[in-house]
Amino acid sequence: MNKRVVITGMGIYSCIGKNPDEVRDSLYVGRSGIILDPVRKEMGYRSGLTGFVERPALKGMLDRRSRIMLPEQGEYAYMATVQALEQAKLDEDYINEHEIGILYGNDSSAKPVIDATDIMREKKDNMLIGSASVFQTLNSTITMNLSTIFKLRGVNFTISAACASGSHAIGLGYHFIKTGLQDCIITGGAQEINCYSMATFDALSAFSIHEENPQTASRPFDRSRDGLIPSGGGATIVLESLESAIKRGATILGEVIGYGFSSNGEHISNPTVSGPVRSLQMAMKDAGMNTADIDYINAHATSTPAGDTSEAKALYTVFGEGTVPVSSTKSMTGHECWMAGASEIVYSLLMMHHGFIAPNINFEHPDEDSVKLNIVKTTAEKDINVFLSNSFGFGGTNSSLIVRKWSK
Amino acid sequence: MKQNEEIIEKINHFLSEEFEVDEARITPGGNVKEVLELDSLDYIDLVVVIESNFSFKVKPEDFASITTFSDFYNYVISRVNSKELA
Repeated sequence: MNKRVVITGMGIYSCIGKNPDEVRDSLYVGRSGIILDPVRKEMGYRSGLTGFVERPALKGMLDRRSRIMLPEQGEYAYMATVQALEQAKLDEDYINEHEIGILYGNDSSAKPVIDATDIMREKKDNMLIGSASVFQTLNSTITMNLSTIFKLRGVNFTISAACASGSHAIGLGYHFIKTGLQDCIITGGAQEINCYSMATFDALSAFSIHEENPQTASRPFDRSRDGLIPSGGGATIVLESLESAIKRGATILGEVIGYGFSSNGEHISNPTVSGPVRSLQMAMKDAGMNTADIDYINAHATSTPAGDTSEAKALYTVFGEGTVPVSSTKSMTGHECWMAGASEIVYSLLMMHHGFIAPNINFEHPDEDSVKLNIVKTTAEKDINVFLSNSFGFGGTNSSLIVRKWSK
Repeated sequence: MKQNEEIIEKINHFLSEEFEVDEARITPGGNVKEVLELDSLDYIDLVVVIESNFSFKVKPEDFASITTFSDFYNYVISRVNSKELA
């Protein structure tokens, strides 16, 4: 028998806030976290725009060995996970006595790889790379580090699915719990922000070049959009079986009721309409929802001309014209890539809990496809009972999650 | 002799910095592994910090003869001197 899967903790460390309270305030007022990074311009980036958040000071929070093995995105993931575990009231004693898992999204660790390669080339002696590098460079760096730090003994692996990594991590966690394989799993996504991490995306001219005003450059669904803006941080969601949450007396923040996925089966970077449509339909079927049941859609929309058009067409195909409120929080955060699918669940949960829909800032003029959607331009007071969150990635990987406000 | 004192001072400083141990705890008779709380991975970082401070490479097997900080100082001083003679 399938189990109900609830959310009992969330944590966020992003360019619009370093904890849920700060992020809620930013979402409510439509605050952008985008800056122009002069270092990227010196390095020859076509666009120096990026989301930015300071790296946390972990000395005093973690011992030396734990700190030196964490790459930048691992630090963000750690901060988000500390918040989430605290909210879930999962302390050291409970974790030691129970099988808690971790499924986290991450799809690169560019800076540690480059740093190690520089030493390898200069010194011609690989031992001089040091002991920590291998644990920073592997794609599974987040799960291997956090499982060690928090002494986790359940399922433990990383999900790499480009910009849908964080969403699929939550989707897989949902299935592990739904089918009774685990009772509690730390899920989420993290994304490095350093100047090495995004040069390969810049090579594709994927980024906005509206550098004159960074905070208006990310313009999902607007007809003048000209590309995404890279960003990053860490976002954690604690998933738990309803039985486990009730037994512990945990506060239930929401219930995951649907997960849909699909692969486009076409071009490696060009989006399609049919792939996201299948992902959306699968999530709706899994949740047992009709289109009228969805109160808010947090769109994947990254501010690229082709991607936003395809998603607008997919949403129109599934939901019809102008009914469900839609916004892309990437208008404020930029594209948090491997983290985005998880952070956007946190953003949407915050909206659900505080009764508002965050605006799709910088949406001034629709194009022929986005005009058919009900895109929220300014903060809307709204009771959200059910929301849907889309995430799509290179290679045509698609993920849709549906979360409902908790009720018995 | 003054050069040896400078080497010891330098060693104490970088070991304290790298392994986050109070410098006062690093004494000639102290056990390197215990005071610095070294695990197998830390020995690799020890190779790295010695190379970056003294520009010579420690062979991992050389650590077998090093128990106390005094052993450590003598090893580094002999390697520095042999490098200067070479």
